[in-house]
Amino acid sequence: MSQLPSSLRRFTPARVGLGRVGTAQPSAAQLAFNAAHAAARDAVWSVLDVPALEAALPPPVLRVRSQARDRREYLLRPDLGRRLHPDDAAMLADHKAPGSLVFLVADGLCATGVQAHAPALIRAVAPLLPLPLGPVVVAAQGRVALGDAVAEALGAAAVAVLIGERPGLSAQDSLGCYLTWAPRIGRTDAERNCISNIRPEGMPPAEAAPKLAWLVRAAMEQGETGVALKDESPNLPLLGP
Amino acid sequence: MAFAHTLGGTRYVFEDLRALLARATPFRSGDALAGVAAGSAAERVAAQYALADLPLRHFLHEAVVPYEADDVTRLILDTHDSAAFAPVAHLTVGGLRDWLLGQADTAALTALAPGLTPEMVAAVSKIMRISDMVQVAQKCRVTTRFRNTIGLPGRLSIRLQPNHPTDDARGVAAAVLDGLMMGAGDAVIGVNPATDNIETVQRLLSMLDEVRDRFDIPTQCCVLSHVTTTLLAMERGSPVDLVFQSIGGTQGVNESFGVSLALLGEAHDAARALKRGENVMYFETGQGSALSANAHHGVDQQTIEARAYAVARRYAPLLVNTVVGFIGPEYLFDGKQILRAGMEDHFCGKLLGLPMGVDVCYTNHAEADQDDMDTLLTCLGVAGVTYIMGIPGADDVMLAYQSTSFHDGMYARAVLGKRPAPEFEAWMDRMGIGAGEAIPAALSPALIGLA
Repeated sequence: MSQLPSSLRRFTPARVGLGRVGTAQPSAAQLAFNAAHAAARDAVWSVLDVPALEAALPPPVLRVRSQARDRREYLLRPDLGRRLHPDDAAMLADHKAPGSLVFLVADGLCATGVQAHAPALIRAVAPLLPLPLGPVVVAAQGRVALGDAVAEALGAAAVAVLIGERPGLSAQDSLGCYLTWAPRIGRTDAERNCISNIRPEGMPPAEAAPKLAWLVRAAMEQGETGVALKDESPNLPLLGP
Repeated sequence: MAFAHTLGGTRYVFEDLRALLARATPFRSGDALAGVAAGSAAERVAAQYALADLPLRHFLHEAVVPYEADDVTRLILDTHDSAAFAPVAHLTVGGLRDWLLGQADTAALTALAPGLTPEMVAAVSKIMRISDMVQVAQKCRVTTRFRNTIGLPGRLSIRLQPNHPTDDARGVAAAVLDGLMMGAGDAVIGVNPATDNIETVQRLLSMLDEVRDRFDIPTQCCVLSHVTTTLLAMERGSPVDLVFQSIGGTQGVNESFGVSLALLGEAHDAARALKRGENVMYFETGQGSALSANAHHGVDQQTIEARAYAVARRYAPLLVNTVVGFIGPEYLFDGKQILRAGMEDHFCGKLLGLPMGVDVCYTNHAEADQDDMDTLLTCLGVAGVTYIMGIPGADDVMLAYQSTSFHDGMYARAVLGKRPAPEFEAWMDRMGIGAGEAIPAALSPALIGLA
């Protein structure tokens, strides 16, 4: 009994068993690929709707900018996306929140997931936190290390950066969460702990919240995050950069 | 030593070899990010003039990364073969370009490879157009062997890349079978594991070896884990054909990958001792990794990339490929930059004597699409690229980037009149692959657990 390659599709999300016309993909497969790539491209260039995000977040919410002026500069100059706009550093100094955990919500490489999932994660984790919740800071054109500058200006004990992950063809709404204890400018990615692929079809925000709370408690006890923070929760990924 | 050239009434000065090479490089975002790119189009051409006048011998006396500080520089200079270099020792960089395009034939290029340093090869590529690089690369022959023969004239091999987001054995096996049905897999069946966990790596190694054994495929398998994980898997008796490792062109970038030349040598010896095949190493490289690790020493990303090939050739690899568009737009911004970089990497690798393949690829934040990949793939095919990647529908569902599909491999072979490795081609005929749309009985999915 012979089988067609399309019978392989049930074993993997990969694009197997597409069929072929000559050596090319059939039109339906090619258009499906184009549609997925278009969604990913649009996601990279998606813009945070800051007023809508603010309305969904627990107050107080503060707005900052990185030093990358637009999307193109953000993509070309990762260093600028890690630096806080000087005016905003001064603004944050008026909202000192010593001893708190500060959330930085940044667009990263895709605003879609941030917009959709960051408020749910913050609201779910807030009651589980072992230290006070500081202001929630929203940043445009931000990278992970921008959280160090924001937290340093606020005098926070820790920062959790919720940031859009690079979109793929199958998911364009993944949120990454990077926790840094005693954040200050110059921290490296090896000094952070990460929870990635936060989205309803990956790790739903309701599952990510207790994991983040566990990490915050562990970081508080140990006084550090990163590769030195030994993960004892078997399902919790402890990822590098 | 400083270099200078006057162009259009302006005198441009380049403080050392490093600066000269960087300013002469066709524009790419990573060199701008590093602050080493030419400040203007005119400065770039002035640098190319000055570089063209530079005697090749100069490269043996001025290192772009200090000899004392860097084991890759020491490797390059200490293993330089001056007898092989002799036929071009009197030439300048410009003279080498003319020689390569003119009189050099396959035998001369093969004999020359150990006499060239990566910096000489990078330098000449900077004053070459894509068509120049295609013509010269096409004359190079590099043949390697494991269970089949890679790199013979008229052949184009394909790495079957059956990645799965959770390393699910049946998911990987399904993608392997799909690829085999379209003629992919003669370079290697190589999985990138989602985690570097040793148990997972051992499980995948056993599974791939079983698939290869049940279908009796004349090819080799690889799980692309860190070299230390593969060493451990060999110690524990796993069936390891090829040792994989990402490498770069300075000691610092290799340290950032957690490897040293000694460690690579140890892994090479361990894999050779298994006596499963002759060329046992598989390396990946890519422009920009050194800057990303802050280990570039002010050298442009293409020159550093060529230096990675000196590391690779030390260990007589079966396969080497640049993962050209994976690193992102801050290093290669768009399709044009990815195209140029892919052609440079293939040319430089071939001239240095490597079995050079290219992962023709891009990420979703780069200004590129499948049209750009088709262009690069076609140019590489004409240039005689040793192998390319084959991924279901060009969409890697684990690494979240786009490469070339199984279909693309069939396309390149069809339009260029290229065939798979001979042993693999004979196996395809035996198995009845390509005879119809249905899976041949000899490749029954049930044989590999896909009931």
